[in-house]
Amino acid sequence: MPAPHAGLFVTCLVDLMRPSIGFAAARLIEAAGCMVVVPDRQTCCGQPAYNSGDRATAKALALQTIRAFADCEYVVAPSGSCAAMLKVHYPRLVSGEPDLEAEARAFAAKVHELCTFLADIRPIADVPGRYDGRVTYHDACSGLRELSIKSAPRRLLAKVPGLKLAEMPEPEACCGFGGLFAEKYADISNAIVTRKTDNAATAEASLVLAGDLGCLMNMAGKLTRTGRPLACRHIAEVLAGELTDPPIGHSAVSAP
Amino acid sequence: MKPDTAQFRENAAAAIADPRLQSALAKLPGGLVAQRRAAVTALPEFEALRDEARAIRDATLANLATHLEAFEAKATAMGSHVHWATDADEARQTISNICNTANARLVIKGKSMVTEEIGLNAYLQNSGIEVVESDLGEYIIQKRGEAPSHIIAPAIHLTEADVEADFRSYHTHLDRDRELGTPERLVAEARAVLREKFLNADVGITGANFLISETGSSIIVTNEGNGDLTQILPRIHIVVATIDKVVPTLDEAMTLLRVLARSATGQDMTAYTTLATGPRRADDLDGPTKCHIVLIDNGRTEMLASDMREALRCIRCGACMNHCPVYNAIGGHAYGWVYPGPIGAVLTPALLGITETRHLPNASTFCGACESVCPVKIPLVSLMRTWRERAHNQGPRTRGARILAKLWSAAATRPALYHLLARFAVAIAGALGRAKGRFRRLPIARGWLKHRDLPAPQGRTFQQLWKEAERGVPR
Repeated sequence: MPAPHAGLFVTCLVDLMRPSIGFAAARLIEAAGCMVVVPDRQTCCGQPAYNSGDRATAKALALQTIRAFADCEYVVAPSGSCAAMLKVHYPRLVSGEPDLEAEARAFAAKVHELCTFLADIRPIADVPGRYDGRVTYHDACSGLRELSIKSAPRRLLAKVPGLKLAEMPEPEACCGFGGLFAEKYADISNAIVTRKTDNAATAEASLVLAGDLGCLMNMAGKLTRTGRPLACRHIAEVLAGELTDPPIGHSAVSAP
Repeated sequence: MKPDTAQFRENAAAAIADPRLQSALAKLPGGLVAQRRAAVTALPEFEALRDEARAIRDATLANLATHLEAFEAKATAMGSHVHWATDADEARQTISNICNTANARLVIKGKSMVTEEIGLNAYLQNSGIEVVESDLGEYIIQKRGEAPSHIIAPAIHLTEADVEADFRSYHTHLDRDRELGTPERLVAEARAVLREKFLNADVGITGANFLISETGSSIIVTNEGNGDLTQILPRIHIVVATIDKVVPTLDEAMTLLRVLARSATGQDMTAYTTLATGPRRADDLDGPTKCHIVLIDNGRTEMLASDMREALRCIRCGACMNHCPVYNAIGGHAYGWVYPGPIGAVLTPALLGITETRHLPNASTFCGACESVCPVKIPLVSLMRTWRERAHNQGPRTRGARILAKLWSAAATRPALYHLLARFAVAIAGALGRAKGRFRRLPIARGWLKHRDLPAPQGRTFQQLWKEAERGVPR
C-alpha cells in the first residue's frame, strides 16, 4: 500500500521564524508512515485577519488553504492554534454557503494538529529524538480548549529516551500571546507572560516546550529579557531530535 | 456610572502598576477559582448540568415574551405591582416615583448589578433620599464612592487592611481604639451599623437572580442574609430586574441554582436562597405591605433579536472573570463600566455601542478559559470576535494600522508574491539578528519589545529550504 500523502501546513510563523520546526514535523510525519508534501500555495491560516474582525480576508485565506491541500489525505499542522483555525473555524467562515461549507467540512475532517496526529491518528511506536534532561510543557490555549490537546503531547514526550517531564503550576494558563494582543495590549500581555514564566521556572526544567510557536516566542522573549536560564523549543524539535539549531531567541554563540 | 471604556488601555496600565490592587487580585486563583474547581470535581454530573442549564436558558429566551407575560399575570395575582421600563431613564423614574409616593427618606438595598447599570443610587440621592447598600462588599465600596469591580465580589479589589482603614474613618461614633483586625470583627461592625438602617428604612430594593413565571416570585441568593432583611423589614419592597431574568418554573430555577453557586463561589448552595412572592398576607408575621417589580429592557430586546442573543443566557456567576487572565491582571475597574471581564466585553458594547467600547472585546487573548467554565456555555470568544468584526467594519483606528493590514492581506492572498517577500524580509531580519538570536530594539513591534525580546528568524523560510531540499541541496 502506498504511503498516504500528508500535507504539511507549515504555519506562517514556522515558515518565517523557525523552519527547523517544519523539518522536525516533516521527519515525524514520515516516521508515522506518510509521504510529506508541502503545497506552496499556502501562506497563513488567516487568524490575524479573523481575530481582528477582517472576515473577508480570513475567508479568502481559508479557501486558498483548502484548495492548496486538495490532493492530500491528511493535513498536519505543528500548531494547535492554526490547526483549530483550519478544523473548527473554516467551516464557520463559510457557513450559509452550502457548497463551500461542504468543502470546508471535508477539509476539516483531514486536518490534525501534529501531536494528535502522531499520538492518535497515525500512532508512532518510537520517536527519533532523545533528550537528557527535565522539560516542562505549556498547554497552548487554542489546542487545549478547541481541539482537546492535553494528553497527546505528554504521551509522545514519554517516548523520548532520557526525558523527564516536570509539570509547572497552572500549565493550562494562557501565556498572554494572543496574536496581535501582545503588541496592542503590551502591558496586560506582559503581566500575563510574567506569571507564566514565573510558573515555568518553578518546574526547574531546562526547556519549556509547547506546540505553538507564537506562545513559545512570547515566553522565550520574556525569558531572555529577564535573563532566566530557561530556554524554549517546539515539542516537535525534541520529538524529532532536531536540536542542532539553538533554542528560540538564542544564537549559536549565546546558546545556554 | 459614567462609562470610561475608551480609556481602557490607560486604566489597565494604572491597574497593573498598583501594588495594592495586585495583592488583592493575587487571591483569585487560590480563592474563587480553586473553590469552583473543588465543587465541580465533587459533582460528576456538573457537565451534564451545564448543558441542561444552557437548554433552559435558550428555551426561555426563545419565548421570552410569553414567559414575561405569564410572570406579570402571576405576580399581579399574588399582589405585586409590575412596572415595565424600556430604558434606564424610565426605570429610574419609576423607582423614584414609588419612593416619593411612599414619602421614603431612607432606602436600603440588596446587591444588584442592574441598579448599577441604570445609575439608581445617584439618582435617588439627588432627589434627597438616603440610599444604603447592605451587602458588605457593596457597603464598603459605596462608602468609598467606587463602583463594583466584580459582579459577585464587588470589593474584591480591596484588602482587609483597606477595609479596616475605611471603617475607622467612617464609623467615627465608635471607640477609636477598638480591635478591628479580623474579617469577623469587620463583619460584626458593619452588621451593627447596618442593623439600624434596616430597621429605619422605608423601602428595600433588591435585584433578582431569577423571576419565576409559574409562581410570580423573585429569587435572590446571598451569603449574608442582608437581602432577606432588605426585602422583609421595610414597608415597601421593590424588585429591580432586567427582562432576561425570567425562568418558567421553580424546577428549572433549581437547576440553574445548582450551577450558579458552584460556578460563582464553589458552594453547593449559597447560605440563603430566598423567594419573595408579593406583599405580606393577612396571617404573615412580617413582610412588606407593598411589593413592586420593575422589569427593565434597556437594550435586551435588541440583543434578543441580534447575534448577541446567547449573551442573554448569562446568570451572573462571575466565573468568566475569575478565570480570565486579563481580568486577573487588571481587575474590574479598568474595564470602565458596570460589567467587567469577558461577559462585560460582550455585554458592554451591546448596551453602550461599540465605538466607545471597542477596546473591551479586543483586549482578550481569546484563550477561551471563560467559555470553558461558563455554566450556560455562552460562546464568549465568538461573541467578542463578532464585536471585533463590527469595530473593524467601522474602520481601523489609525491609518498606519489600516495600511499594514491591507498590505499583509494583499500579500497573504498571493502565495507566490508572499513567498518572495518573505524570503527577502527573513533574510534581512535573520542577518541582523544572527549574533544575538533576538532583538531588543527595533523601529517596529514597540509594544512587544517594551517588555520582552523578539526572537530573530533563522534566516531562510521553510518554503525556500524545503524546495532546496527537494532538489537535493543540503540544509
